[in-house]
Amino acid sequence: MPVTRGFSRRRAEPPRRLPPGQYDVGAGWPVLTAEATPRIARESWSVGVDGLVERPTTWTWEEVQQLPRSSYQGDIHCVTTWSKFDTLFTGVSVDTLLEAAGPLPEAGFVMAHSSTGYTTNLPLADITDGRAWIVWEHDGRPLTAEHGGPVRLLVPHLYFWKSAKWISRLELTAEDRPGFWERNGYHDRGDPWLEQRYQGDP
Amino acid sequence: MTGGDAVALEDEFAPGGTGATAWTTGRIITKELPAPHLVRLRLHVEDRQRHWPGQHYLLRLRAPDDYTAQRSYSVASDDSDPLVELLVERLPDGEVSEFLADVAEVGDVLEMRGPIGRWFRWDTRTPALCLVGGTGVVPAISMIRAARHLGRSDLLRVLAVARTPEELPYAEELARAGATIAFTRHATSTRPAGPPTAAEVAPLLAGAEVAYVCGSSRFAGFGEELLVGSGFRPEAIRVERFGVTGS
Ligand SMILES: Cc1cc2nc3c(=O)[nH]c(=O)nc-3n(C[C@H](O)[C@H](O)[C@H](O)COP(=O)(O)OP(=O)(O)OC[C@H]3O[C@@H](n4cnc5c(N)ncnc54)[C@H](O)[C@@H]3O)c2cc1C
Repeated sequence: MPVTRGFSRRRAEPPRRLPPGQYDVGAGWPVLTAEATPRIARESWSVGVDGLVERPTTWTWEEVQQLPRSSYQGDIHCVTTWSKFDTLFTGVSVDTLLEAAGPLPEAGFVMAHSSTGYTTNLPLADITDGRAWIVWEHDGRPLTAEHGGPVRLLVPHLYFWKSAKWISRLELTAEDRPGFWERNGYHDRGDPWLEQRYQGDP
Repeated sequence: MTGGDAVALEDEFAPGGTGATAWTTGRIITKELPAPHLVRLRLHVEDRQRHWPGQHYLLRLRAPDDYTAQRSYSVASDDSDPLVELLVERLPDGEVSEFLADVAEVGDVLEMRGPIGRWFRWDTRTPALCLVGGTGVVPAISMIRAARHLGRSDLLRVLAVARTPEELPYAEELARAGATIAFTRHATSTRPAGPPTAAEVAPLLAGAEVAYVCGSSRFAGFGEELLVGSGFRPEAIRVERFGVTGS
């Protein structure tokens, strides 16, 4: 592709941990939501794991607090090209939830549902083995509503639209069905290192 | 490209399409600075695809060492316009917006990809309200132009917000389209300075089935709350946030 006349690198060489096409947003944390921010009280929130599982299970806020805690410390990447380094999120590993529900052998995919009706699809392999969480704390403070509080999904190795805010349900399925942004032109998997932004990307 | 009617556009964008768009190039045909902090570019896009009002393009700048910077810009023109029009606010120290305002010239070729965004778009049939602030007026301008082209201006209401008249892009076009305009830091003969109120929004909401909120992250948060507080259904609100700052 052509060089843009008169354009030169403005910022310092990007750190190695920055996926292609991303920039370091620093201390900021952009809010990106396609819908109005819902205000959900902890008392009325719950999360369920259902679909192709042996024991469909639902946890209330109180119940989720009783589960073993797990934290993620590291970087997050948004398809709109910002990355944020060294975030700290605390919640519970999705492995813990899946263990309780018992995925059936034919389950290969997950549809994450938000209480707003937002959905996003993921291969089951992308949310197991310590790679996904549901989280309610960021940097030691309750997750704010605009960032998906009281509880959101966190899948930090994929673009952040996969980390569904206001998570309410993980539905295990045999087939991969597109979620909200995926139907609206975004990539089905969303690996930032492969720049899987839109349908048609590698 | 000629303007199609709404039905043709609908068919071409039927759900289930792949939505894949490839990188292409756009040549700058005109460049204007309607205000010191604004640049308006009109581009001829190679192999251009049709777009819905509300959609955006990605722009990618490439340095000789292959470093690239990529940003999203809403389309201001409607689909019947032979050129794609962008309006960009020049941000201090903004890598792409400063380049577009200060360096880019007529005849330059830029990498572009689009149209993108199948959520924040208007189908040109549904009665809609735009609540837009600052450069967030850009997608509303595309909607206004599409509505006018299709003879359906009755379907669209616009409430545009800016700090001062100088900071409102497309002020004349908005006024001509009958938009309600609110200045937060400037009093007019008909309105004191201040953000739009529930009383100002209420008459615009009647009959609107979908609302498009667009602007800075802070403005979008304010807009959502104003609509939800006025009893508008949250499920019918579509939000587009410009800019990098957020909490
Ligand atoms: C869907 C969508 C549509 C949009 N449509 C429009 C539109 O129609 N018109 C419009 O004007 N904008 C639009 N935007 C915003 C646009 O994409 C850019 O965010 C904006 O132009 C700023 O880009 P920039 O490169 O000029 O600034 P950036 O270089 O991204 O900087 C933004 C701010 O961050 C600060 N900054 C400091 N250091 C850094 C650093 N190391 N890295 C990054 N930033 C730094 C800069 O000082 C600057 O003020 C849209 C955004 C989206 C998501």
